[in-house]
Amino acid sequence: MFKYLKQLTSLVAMVAVLFTFTTETMAAKKSKTLKNTQKKGFVRCGVSQGLPGFSNADAAGNWTGVDVDVCRAVAAAVLGDANKVKFTPLSAKERFTALTSGEIDILSRNTTWTLSRDADIGLTFVGVNFYDGQGFMVRKSSGITSTSQFKNGISACTNIGTTTELNMRDFFNSRGISYEPVAFEKADEVVAAYDAGRCDTYTTDKSGLAAQRTKMKNPDEHIVLPETISKEPLGPVVRQGDSVWEDIVRWSLNTMIEAEEYGITSANADSMKTSDNPQIKRLVGAEGEMGAAFGLDNEWNLRIIKQVGNYGESYKRNIADTGILPDRGPNELWTKGGILYVPPSR
Amino acid sequence: MNFKLKDIGPQLMTVIAVVLVFGFFTYNAQVNMENRGIDFGYGFLSQESSFDVQFSLIEYDGSHSYFRAYLVGLLNTILVSVIGIFFATILGVVVGIARLSPNYLINKFAAFYVEFFRNIPLLLQIFFWYFAALRALPLPQDAEAIFGVTFLTIKGLYVPAFIWQNFNIFFYSIVAAIIAIIIIRIQAKRLQETQGKQTPVLFISIGLILILPLLSFLIGGVRLSFEIPVLKQLATTSFIYEGGVSLPPELIALALSLSLYTATFIAECVRAGIQGVGKGQKEAAASIGLTPNQVLKLVVMPQALRIIIPPTTNQYLNLTKNSSLAAAIAYPDLVLVFAGTALMQTGKAIEIVSITMFTYLSLSISISILMNWYNKKIAIQEK
Repeated sequence: MFKYLKQLTSLVAMVAVLFTFTTETMAAKKSKTLKNTQKKGFVRCGVSQGLPGFSNADAAGNWTGVDVDVCRAVAAAVLGDANKVKFTPLSAKERFTALTSGEIDILSRNTTWTLSRDADIGLTFVGVNFYDGQGFMVRKSSGITSTSQFKNGISACTNIGTTTELNMRDFFNSRGISYEPVAFEKADEVVAAYDAGRCDTYTTDKSGLAAQRTKMKNPDEHIVLPETISKEPLGPVVRQGDSVWEDIVRWSLNTMIEAEEYGITSANADSMKTSDNPQIKRLVGAEGEMGAAFGLDNEWNLRIIKQVGNYGESYKRNIADTGILPDRGPNELWTKGGILYVPPSR
Repeated sequence: MNFKLKDIGPQLMTVIAVVLVFGFFTYNAQVNMENRGIDFGYGFLSQESSFDVQFSLIEYDGSHSYFRAYLVGLLNTILVSVIGIFFATILGVVVGIARLSPNYLINKFAAFYVEFFRNIPLLLQIFFWYFAALRALPLPQDAEAIFGVTFLTIKGLYVPAFIWQNFNIFFYSIVAAIIAIIIIRIQAKRLQETQGKQTPVLFISIGLILILPLLSFLIGGVRLSFEIPVLKQLATTSFIYEGGVSLPPELIALALSLSLYTATFIAECVRAGIQGVGKGQKEAAASIGLTPNQVLKLVVMPQALRIIIPPTTNQYLNLTKNSSLAAAIAYPDLVLVFAGTALMQTGKAIEIVSITMFTYLSLSISISILMNWYNKKIAIQEK
């Protein structure tokens, strides 16, 4: 027995380690996150490892995208400067652990809001900044124009750790089609493998398909099929347990959407201070005490609009003008036939 | 009993410090998890997993439990490790001996191989073999048949499936052959020790293992037929093979890169082992009239193995742990399936990471116990 004492001790040590994972310090007081952020001087924001239009870094390391703009808006509101953000690129697998362990304070990474994620794992979703749905991409040359042409034995490339894997199973199962799921950890490898011909189809959120298509060797050889097989409301996430921080992130996003509704842009925000409409005046910090409840000054929302712009500007700059999804579809304001509708700032 | 405080003092303080640190971290984790409303528990293992896996040795789909998904990942890890260890050992021994070859070309080629493959990071090699394979291999419809029945394509290697009749009789014939060989070996050894007679054990063994199964075909009623993969069209330009057995390119690329990488280290262990046997031993063996083959088999190898086995054990452990890089190329191993997808779907980070670590530790310890046993067996037994 004593022959294997060494192995046995390492086993015991291992068991001890299992119970000793640490996250960050105890006793979350009232918005400790806000206090820490102001002390550090930057917002810690988790983003994707590169999804054009949502969160993508250029060669110089500047991040752009609609998800990035949510973090910038929070930085503008809390610190007065939209550039004071530290971006942490995360894989789908790492993202929630990074947030719950306190490595980041906002997760703005094309993340689908679902019941189990909201209720189970210590996270709170604050809103939706992009209404999406899962779709399929195929090679044009395959002649497939609809998911109804899928046959037994089809191979589908995708990412692990996403709702995609679950939806895909539901979809193929309900149609009685046998399929081969090929799931990679990183999106770049999914694209490379699909592009090389490993899979017959590539499935993820349609916005993701449109964005990744631009990375293919020859984007024109691929089409996104018209069917949408799931609801994917994407939005920013915060840790559970700091309701003030949660409110700050939620209302930073809401401010961007409502500013578009009232026609306030980064260019005209200052001049809107003298508007006749009290709702507009509240959105640019010229009426009411809209920041006090968060422990912020009264012009926090004005700074968001001036430095980051309203939701429409952000969408146009990142998604429409880059040719990813020129048509806003459901992500149009409720007043213009879309489903973007946020509670009023008052 | 006169314990001196200055003797046990430092040890005592170290133990107290370790306990305090562990205690603090445990308490901290508990408080934090409670604050964020995260439950701790292993109950999720029996829940339905609701995700599918590309490649599995046991029957599995999303309607099975997370525990079943864990087993799928574990078996896939073991599979690729066993394949990797098998080929790495063969290649390592060949290259290790080749490095000592007096033939300049063989010698230099082996040296180049070792230096090249052990100095490139493994992850890079995995990517290289995977994406190089994906680029180089043909689409299913363009694949040339190998021996008319096997197809190597971008979607995997398709080989014929064996369809047996009376497989159990065939199986028993193999078992009988193996038992017979063991008995003959023991007899041959006794004959050698008592009367100094040598028996051609190798030829008898080969004969037995061929003839007995052959008899099972001729008179035992065993029949074997093949199911050959057939091309099937899914859409205008997309095809697959149906029937037969398919090995995914991810498995092939991973096993290949793990073998090529680890073989370089094993080759060095083998070279060190052989060079570690004193020159006088070989000369003495030659001087009593042993042939070069007998020198290698009876004098050099038994001594070299003692030097080779311990570091080679390390390489086996490394290979097993390195197989976790599978996640990068979509081979559904333990890390991808369990510490990847299952972790994401359940959010049980601490539980799943701890189970995964524990599993790798157990795998490593099993290999190390096995190799220690083997090492002890071949160690010099002083009589």
